[in-house]
Order: sequence, then C-alpha cells, then structure tokens
Amino acid sequence: MIRSTERNRPNSRGIIGVATKVSPAVMRKGIQVIWVAIRSEPMRFTVAVLASALYGTMTVASSWALGWATENVVFPAFAEGDVATATMAAGALLIVGTALLKAIGIGGRRAFAGFVQYRMQARSRRDVTRQYLRLPLAWHHRHPTGQLLSNASSDVEAAWAPLAPLPMALGVVVMLVTAAVAIVLTDPLLALVGFLVFPAIFLLNVVYQRRLSPLATRAQQLRAEVSEIAHESFDGALVVKTLGREDAEAARFAAKANELRDANIAVGRVRGLFDPLLDAMPTLGVLAVLLVGTLRLEAGGITAGELVQVAYLFTLLAWPIRALGWVLGELPRSVVGWTRIRHVLDATGSMTYGTARLTGTGPAHLEVRDLTYGYDPEAPVLDGVSFEARPGRTVAIVGPTGSGKSTLAQLLVRLIDPQRGEVRLDGVDLRDVERGGVSAVAALVPQQTFLFDDTVRGNVTLGLPGITDERVWAALRLAQADGFVSALPQGLDTRVGERGSSLSGGQRQRLALARALARSPRLLVLDDATSSVDAQVERRILEGLREAGGAATVIVIAYRMATIALADEVVYLERGRVVDRGTHEELLARCPGYRDLVTAYEREEAERAALRAQEEKPAGEVVADAAEGVGEPEEVAGR
Amino acid sequence: MSALHTAERSALETFRRGLNLSPEFRRGLAGTLALAVLATAGRVIIPIAVQQVIDNGLAGPEPDVGFVRAAVLACALAVVLTTVCAYLMNVRLYRSSESGLATLRRKGFRHVHDLSVLTQNSERRGALVSRVTSDVDQISQFMQWGGLVIIVSVGQLLVATVLMAAYSWQLTLLVWAVFLPLTFALPRFQRLIARAYLRVRERTGDMLAAISESVVGSAVIRAYAAEDRTARRIDEAVEAQRKAQARAQTIIALTFPLTEVVAAVAVAAVVLAGVRLGVDGSISRGQLVAFLFLITLFISPLQTATEVLNEAQNAISGWRRVLAVLDTPPDVADPGPDGRTLPRGPIGVRFEHVSFAYPGGPPVLHDVDVEIAPCTKVAVVGETGSGKTTFAKLLTRLMDPTEGRVLLDGVDLREIRFSSLRERVVMVPQDGFLFDGTLAENIRYGRPDATDADIELAITELGLADWVAGLPAGLDTPVGQRGESLSAGERQLVALARAYLADPDLLLLDEATSAVDPATEVRLARALEGVTRGRTAVSIAHRLSTAEAADEILVFDRGRIVQRGPHAELVAQPGVYADLYASWTSGTRS
Ligand SMILES: Nc1ncnc2c1ncn2[C@@H]1O[C@H](COP(=O)(O)OP(=O)(O)OP(=O)(O)O)[C@@H](O)[C@H]1O
Ligand SMILES: Nc1ncnc2c1ncn2[C@@H]1O[C@H](COP(=O)(O)OP(=O)(O)OP(=O)(O)O)[C@@H](O)[C@H]1O
Ligand SMILES: [Mg+2]
Ligand SMILES: [Mg+2]
Repeated sequence: MIRSTERNRPNSRGIIGVATKVSPAVMRKGIQVIWVAIRSEPMRFTVAVLASALYGTMTVASSWALGWATENVVFPAFAEGDVATATMAAGALLIVGTALLKAIGIGGRRAFAGFVQYRMQARSRRDVTRQYLRLPLAWHHRHPTGQLLSNASSDVEAAWAPLAPLPMALGVVVMLVTAAVAIVLTDPLLALVGFLVFPAIFLLNVVYQRRLSPLATRAQQLRAEVSEIAHESFDGALVVKTLGREDAEAARFAAKANELRDANIAVGRVRGLFDPLLDAMPTLGVLAVLLVGTLRLEAGGITAGELVQVAYLFTLLAWPIRALGWVLGELPRSVVGWTRIRHVLDATGSMTYGTARLTGTGPAHLEVRDLTYGYDPEAPVLDGVSFEARPGRTVAIVGPTGSGKSTLAQLLVRLIDPQRGEVRLDGVDLRDVERGGVSAVAALVPQQTFLFDDTVRGNVTLGLPGITDERVWAALRLAQADGFVSALPQGLDTRVGERGSSLSGGQRQRLALARALARSPRLLVLDDATSSVDAQVERRILEGLREAGGAATVIVIAYRMATIALADEVVYLERGRVVDRGTHEELLARCPGYRDLVTAYEREEAERAALRAQEEKPAGEVVADAAEGVGEPEEVAGR
Repeated sequence: MSALHTAERSALETFRRGLNLSPEFRRGLAGTLALAVLATAGRVIIPIAVQQVIDNGLAGPEPDVGFVRAAVLACALAVVLTTVCAYLMNVRLYRSSESGLATLRRKGFRHVHDLSVLTQNSERRGALVSRVTSDVDQISQFMQWGGLVIIVSVGQLLVATVLMAAYSWQLTLLVWAVFLPLTFALPRFQRLIARAYLRVRERTGDMLAAISESVVGSAVIRAYAAEDRTARRIDEAVEAQRKAQARAQTIIALTFPLTEVVAAVAVAAVVLAGVRLGVDGSISRGQLVAFLFLITLFISPLQTATEVLNEAQNAISGWRRVLAVLDTPPDVADPGPDGRTLPRGPIGVRFEHVSFAYPGGPPVLHDVDVEIAPCTKVAVVGETGSGKTTFAKLLTRLMDPTEGRVLLDGVDLREIRFSSLRERVVMVPQDGFLFDGTLAENIRYGRPDATDADIELAITELGLADWVAGLPAGLDTPVGQRGESLSAGERQLVALARAYLADPDLLLLDEATSAVDPATEVRLARALEGVTRGRTAVSIAHRLSTAEAADEILVFDRGRIVQRGPHAELVAQPGVYADLYASWTSGTRS
C-alpha cells in the first residue's frame, strides 16, 4: 500500500492517447529523451546517480551490518552470556554508520534528481516560449491557444517526469547487483531464491505498467478535457448567464467529470490489484528464504546470522525495486510529451529577417503590391491587393465585414508574411528589414483590444526603454485617455485586471491607442480602433492626430464617415480584392458597393424621414415608397 | 482581490464539511476500514515468522525442518489472504473516493456559474478553473492513499508497539524514547514543507499566467516588438518557479532521510540493550531478532508521516478552496421556487432611483430613475465610461443595484426566477464570445431545441444567408476557440443570431454590432425591428443611426440620465445629445 511517495504526479494536460504502452519503440525513444537530459545536465545527473548508488550499496551493507551484529554480538551473547565491549561498539557503529551513509545517499539522490528535473523543465519552458515568440503569427493562427498552453506546462512536465525516479532506478540496479553478489557469496543456493523472486517482481512491474499506461493516459486526457470545459465555460460566463444556460453547462461538465471518474476508477482497479501483489512478492521471498535457509542451515551451508541477513535484505529491497516500474510507467507519457514539445521546437517557417535598416525620419512611404494571403493557402482571403500610401498621407481601408481588412493590417506591419506579393516601407521589402526594424517604425492598433494584467503605464510602454512619464501622458492625452486615467485611484500605476476587465470598453480601446502613439510611429495602422469610442471622443482623437500630424503615414480601417473623410485616399475591399481606389468623393460617385456601404445610415435616415412624412398618408403608398427607397446593398455591391 | 469567501475554519471542521459535501466518501467506509485492518495485520507476518523460525525451528542443535515448513506455509497463506483484502479495500476506496470527488467537482462548477459576474471577475480565470480541477485532484491523493495511511499507520504503530511490548517492555520503551524526538520534529518539518509547496503553487500560477500572455497576446507582442520584454517576464517567472521547486526539494532531501538514521540508532540501541537483557534471560534471541524486524515496521509510518501530513494539508487546503466557492453566497441569487414567473409578452421596465458602485470604487450610476414602456425601442447613448454597460448589466440582473430597484412589469427583478428572467430578457454583449464548435452549434446555444430549419430561418430573417453561404462549410464551419477563426464582425453576427434565435421579449444590445459594416448593420437593424415590434428593445451604440430610429433615447452623462426623449426632440435642444449628434453627422454626412 505504500505507494510511490517518491514519484511526483504532474497534472498533465492534454496528452493525447498516442504511444501509451511500454513497447520497445517507446523504450528506445524514451531512452533518447533521457539521454537529452543527461547531456544537458551531466554533473548534477552524475551526482544524483552516485548518491543513488551509495544508497543502493548501503542498503545492502546495512543488512550485512545487521547480520554481522546478529552473528557476532547477539548469538554469541545468548550462547556465552557475554560479549566483548569492543565487538558491541563495532556492531553499533556499523549499523549507525551504514545508515548515515545511506541517509546521505537518499538525500543526495532526492535533491539532485529534483534539480535535474526542474532544470530541464525550466529549460524546455524557456525554449518553447522563445519559440512561441519567434514563430510567425500565421503559425499561431494554426494552433489553438489551449494546445500551446499545455505544450508549455503539462507536456514539459510529462516529458521530464521520468527524471525524478530515474537515478533511484539506476541506484536500484546497483543495489540488485550488490545484493546478488552478497547473497551468492553467502550461499549460492539461497541466491537461487533471489534470482527467482527479483525477476518475478520486475516482470510483474512490466505487466503492471503495460496495463496501467493506457488507462492512466486516458485519465490524464480526460482531466485535460474537464479543465478545458471549465475554462471555456467560465470564459464565456457572461453568455452562459445572459442566455440562462447554467444548467446545460453544468450537465456538459458533469458528463465529462463522470467520464473522468470512471477512468480513474479503472486506473484504481489496476493499481489496487498490482500494488498489493508487488508488496506480497518480497514477503513470499522472505518466507522462501526462511524455508530454504533452514534446509541450508541443516546441511551446514550457512550460519543463522547469514540467514537473518538475507531475510532482512529481502525486506529492504522490496520497496526500492519498484522504482524501475515508475520509470517504465512514466516513459510513454514522457515520449508523448517530448514529441509534442519537439513539434513546437522543430517548427520552421519562423520569420527570417534581413539586414536592411529603416533609417528614414518623418512619415514612411508604404507600397503594397499584389498581396495574397489565405489562412488556408487554398482559399485566399486577400487576393492581389495593391495600393500606395505616400509619406504623410492617410489612406482609409473600407470593406464589408469579413472582407480581409484585419488580415491586410497584419500584413502591413509584418505580423504575417504574404503568400505572394510584397509590402515595402521606404522602398524596402519588409522581409529584408532587420529584426525589430519594422515594429520600431510601424505601429498597429489591433481591432481586438488586448491589455496585459499590468499597470496602465506597463500597458502603454510595454517595456520600451526610455519612455518617460511625460511621453506616456502625452500619448494618453492624444488618445483622449488622460481624463479617465488621472481619475483612476493610482493613476498610471493602477492595475487594469485580466484583459483590462476593470475598464469600460472604450477606455480599454483608448489605452491600446495610447500604446501605439507613445512610440511616435512613422506608420500608424488603426484597425477599427475607435469602434467603442463615441463620435465626440473619436473626433477629438482624430483632431489630435492631425495636429501632431504629418509625422506619420496613417492607414485607417473604419466605417465612420468622419474617419474616412479624413483620408486622402480610400481603398475599397470586397472579398479580399481591391474593387476601387480613389478619393472618397470619387468612390462615392463611381463605386456602387462603396456608396452602399458608407451611405447606409444616410439612406436609412432618408427612408425613415420619408416614412414619417407619409405616416399621415394611406398605408399602401408607404410600402411602395419604402421598397423603392433602398436597394439591397449586397446585391448592388461590386458587381 | 478575490471576492470569494474565505472562512477561518479549523482543519477538522473543513474536513468534516468536506466529507459532508460528498456522501459517497462515507459509503461502505466500515467495510473498507475492516479490510484495511486485515491488510495491515498482514505486515506483522514476517517478524513473527522470523521469531518463530529462530526460536522454535532453529532452537535445537538440529533445525526442525518440519516446523519451519509448517510455519512458512501458514504464513504464505496469510500473505495471500492479506493481498486479497488489500485488493478489495483498494477497489472500494477508489470507487467511493472518485465518486465523491466527481460530486465535489460538479457542485463547485455549478456554484461558480451561480456567482455574479463581479465575483467571477475578482479571480483570474485560471484560478477559478483550478478550483474545480487541480484543487479537487489534491484531495484525491489524500482520499485514496493519505487518509488511509494515517489510519493504517496509527494502527501499525499500535500493533508494532503491542507486539514489541509482548516481547520486551524495556526494549519497547527504549525504541519509543529514541523515536520520541522525531515525532516532535516531524510536524515542524511538515509545516516547513507545506510552506515550501505553497510557494511552489503560487509561483506555478504566476508562471502559467506569464506563459499564457505570450500565447494570448501574440499579436500585440509582435506588433510592438515586446518579445524581449515578454521573454524576460517569462524567464523570471520560470526561474522563480524552478527555485521554489528546488527549495522544496532540498527541504525534503534534508528531512526525509532523518528517520533512516534514527531507525539505525534505535536498532543499534536495541542490539546493545537486548544483549544485556538476553544475558539476564528476560528475552530470547528470536524475540530480539524479531524486534529488529519490528523496528522496520515501526519506522515506515514515520517515514511516510511527513508526506502523509503534507497530503492531508494539501487535501485540507484543496477543500478550503472548493469550499470557498461553495460558501460564497451568490450575491445575485436566483429566488428559486419562491420567485415569480412572469407570463410571456411585451415587457415594461422601471428603474427606481437606482445607484450603483463597483466594489471598492466610486459610484458610477447616480439615482437613475426611468421607465421603459412595453414595446418601445430605446437607445442608450453617452460618452465612453458614462455607465451604459453598467445600466445594461443592472437591467439584465447581472448585478444588483447598490440603491434603488429595477422592476420588470412592476415586479422587482430580485423576485423573478432566473429561468423566467433569462427566457424573457437577453443581452448581447460587445465581444461576441463564441464556444469552440461550429456556427450552427453556437447559434443553437440560446435555444437547444431549435431545429436546423429554425436556424436557417433565423439566418435568413437576419439577412445573413448570403454570408453563411459564402463560408467554406456553411453552418458547419468551425469558429475556433473563442471564435478566433472568424473576423471580429462575423463573430458579432453569430452572437446576434444566437440571441435572436433565443427569441426574448426584451432584447438588449450592448454595442453588439460595433464591428459590423454599416450596410449589414442597417439590414440587421431592420430585421430586428420587424421582430422587435411587439417587443421591447434596448440598444447601446456609439453609432447614432440606432438612436435616430429609436422611439426614445436615454442620454447618459457621468452616470446620470441627463436627457431623454425621441430623436427629433433631443436634437432640437442644446445639450449632450445635440453635441454627440453634431459630431456624428459631421462625419457621416458627406
Ligand atoms: N468591473 C469594474 N470594476 C470597476 N470599475 C468598473 C468596472 N467596469 C466598469 N467600471 C467603471 O465604471 C464606469 C462605467 O463603465 P461602463 O462600462 O458602464 O461604461 P460605458 O458607458 O459602457 O462605456 P463604453 O462606452 O466605453 O463602453 C467606468 O468609469 C469604468 O471604468
Ligand atoms: N485565424 C483565422 N483562421 C481562419 N480564417 C480566418 C482567421 N481570421 C479570419 N479568418 C477569415 O478571413 C476572412 C477575413 O477576415 P478579417 O478578419 O481580415 O476580416 P475583416 O475585414 O477585418 O472583417 P471585420 O470587418 O469583421 O473586422 C474572414 O472570412 C474570416 O472568417
Ligand atoms: Mg477586422
Ligand atoms: Mg460599454
């Protein structure tokens, strides 16, 4: 029943049911994984193994010490009525001395096995997250958030889990060899018992782990699923509440929780059977030793003290020998975890950078040629987009919902690379610009505001060196955020909560805007960055920008006429293609899709006015009028 | 930060409450305990066998092989029996504990959803999730192993002591004397270890939060070249977690082997003293040897003691964290069966001198007193941060007013059953949160019994049929986690269709179409108008086109309603609305 007190059981999320059995292939792969760890931490690993070997040897030695004491102190004393004090002292010293060394072995092994494991975990986590930061956004688009999080947490844990029991297992091997030698030296016939019992324990362990691994992996997988449901459900708590779906969510969760329960019970059944069996094996071994030992004693092959010694050795070996089983048990999960980590680490297509520097000052010159991009390359969402923004100009990108504006915005600041075509800043292809060069020049305010769980200042500066508080305030002022920030309890030092939860929607958006303005970018890309801001505030922001103006080339994605009217040129997108370019007035005059889009409110109001005017008239005429008043925008659009 | 209830409750009381929450834990406990006693009793087989063999089998000049054979056979039989008992006990234990834990998870999960949004938001999402996952797992270790080990260990100590005393009371006293200091030291060690692990858990939480930023905020990080800063933050968190783990491990490595040394001292002392006693003839040599074996039996409970105590404390803290959820009374509670069920039909709303302040913050709504007649279309406008969303949350009873009350058809919201309220009043929040699934699954979420035809009808009525047809797999298109594989506007369309299908009597849109293009928005508005005729509709929008179409406009300014009335009336008088409208039209009109 003493279960693996040594083993730590990581809360691993998301180990999919691959390679879950202890097979030769898994063994081979597992040894490779372990080899990586040994190569990375050779010193600490060696110390752990040496300590473990010390522990193994001393375990055998302690039984030998007890046997020696029995033989030379206890039995003679009982036989002769007395024993030399020196012998007694020697016996006591032997016993305590071996125990001390053994304790050092245990402590050393535990500490250093842990150190190796934690260092490898930390190393993998750093490598994996570095890779996350290095890989392009397109790669992130292809991988669900939950999976990436579990790669860096539970997969890392699973991959290095065998490192905890590994030195102990190696120590056990030493211990077994020493024990075998000790027993063979004592009596070869008695050793036969050992050679039967120990392999039997080992085999039983193998069978145990083969049965257990798939079940344990499944339980692990279900645990991850339970947690995913909880995550999603709590994330969407507002929707759950407003639609009154708490009971349905509870049922969804309960179904998974019950599945997990059943899987855990299945694991328990196997554990419940094999743990007592493994406990019983050495006990039976001791009994066998007693029986065979008595026969050997009768034949004069051994002494009583040696019999006690061998019997004691068996009781000592019973538990450590299971460390071999733990390593075996962790291997399949480790292999799966490692494979998933490698998938991240080996991912290619990380952005390559050139050496060109963008040394210009003042507004940047942006040229976009033949841009094509698809989240699924087969189905491009942007197709051959070209336009130009000369320095200091403002270009508005307009297009219906889902037409690819945000995708274009990401291409402009090189969050993603196009499948075809190019974006040039001051004549340099973005892909040739040195690392960090683009973001030093261009700033994007994304459509989806993201705030870090940090202070207002931290969210604005994002660690950019040399941003003074004056500059932060200036940016906040430009974004019309200075008012509410100064009203916050701790001003710039107020924490905004997870994803900025303690701010109103418009306040969050204005902080995101200030973040971009604080860097005085030469190219500013605003992706619907004022949608949650009322018209007045937006107006002030735009005026502010224009006053600070001329300093940046601005690409603005918006629907509001106020914003669009500010632009020198408008690019009208539909289904990923540029339908028309020109000034607002030109497009209004010649592009029906554009006209429908931007004048929708006006026409709507005109129609309503007409309706109001005719309210006094008979009903029949109203219907006719309304039908004629507004064409279906979608049908007119861009054909 | 957290608004969850944290009662100061003793460990025992927590334990009792925990057990009461899951009656499964106690089911068949007596039988399990009986099996545990039998299984433990099996452990004294070896010392007794050794003693018998030495004293009786090997006593004479010639070993008594017959006796030894009989003794060994008897013991082997006992071992088999013990193993069977242990197996049965384990199976029972796993079944009852896992069932109990599943119950705890389910109760905790349900209760989290019963808490108000404010309470929910006072905790990090991850922390809330762990209260129904890893915190519960912490209890399982204890229920399946630790709890029994405590009982069994105490039993084992008692049995070993009794047996030892039967062999020699003097040596027994000696053994106890050697171990006594350890029993005092162990709880100290355990506290040390527990503190170290608490640190590990905290650091792990920080680390996961730091890692998740690198994934969730990937676009912002790239756009602002914050890679180095993020990497630095992650490195710090990872390193802090590693250090905490290493520290905990060092403490264990230093304390754990101590029992080993103490046991050896006990063995040596017993050998020395035993020999003296043996010479006096008060103990046989077999008994002395058996005594040495008994000491190993004696130390194993002590060896696992720190670990077991740690499990126990983990379980208690796990229970505390789950109980903190369950003990937090839902501050916005469902009146349940006592509450009123309102008949369906047009809804009128009344705010009676309503004021509201977020916990620990200044008031954000002041004395809002307003009536919304049934079947009217109301637009709520106002500057950013003026309290519009707060107003919406009070109207849908996501929060309760600090002062005053909100009435629905003359009934206080607090008296209406949630099932009735949620059926009649639905709000569409600004960020259209979608669940990871297909479009159809998300739209059906508001009305699970809706058929595919219902969904298609709704889509058509909202004028979204063309858009859906243009998607790669139509209604079966997966939307990705949180709807990430749709554009922002598309997400809002789905969220709106979801609410529309739910068919409420009062529809509240909080900037629900802020990212949708004007042409589509106008079409949606018209479609909704068709439906909302005969219903009440409240919409919050910065695009004033919505306001122009409304029957009545509520103008918010710094938490107060400063103007109300139809568009034509408000626009004619100087004030907040006229200003807002001027800046709106200056842009929209070409
Ligand atoms: N969870 C919260 N905790 C503390 N204060 C909050 C919280 N949510 C909002 N506030 C504060 O309450 C005030 C009103 O916020 P509310 O969200 O109602 O504004 P709003 O009118 O909807 O603004 P917006 O147009 O920007 O969405 C703001 O000053 C905001 O900072
Ligand atoms: N991560 C993604 N994976 C797959 N498809 C995506 C992803 N993001 C967007 N899309 C699809 O690409 C198309 C263009 O999306 P994009 O976000 O660029 O549109 P948009 O013009 O910004 O729309 P909106 O006005 O709603 O913001 C949409 O059809 C959308 O469904
Ligand atoms: Mg977009
Ligand atoms: Mg709001």
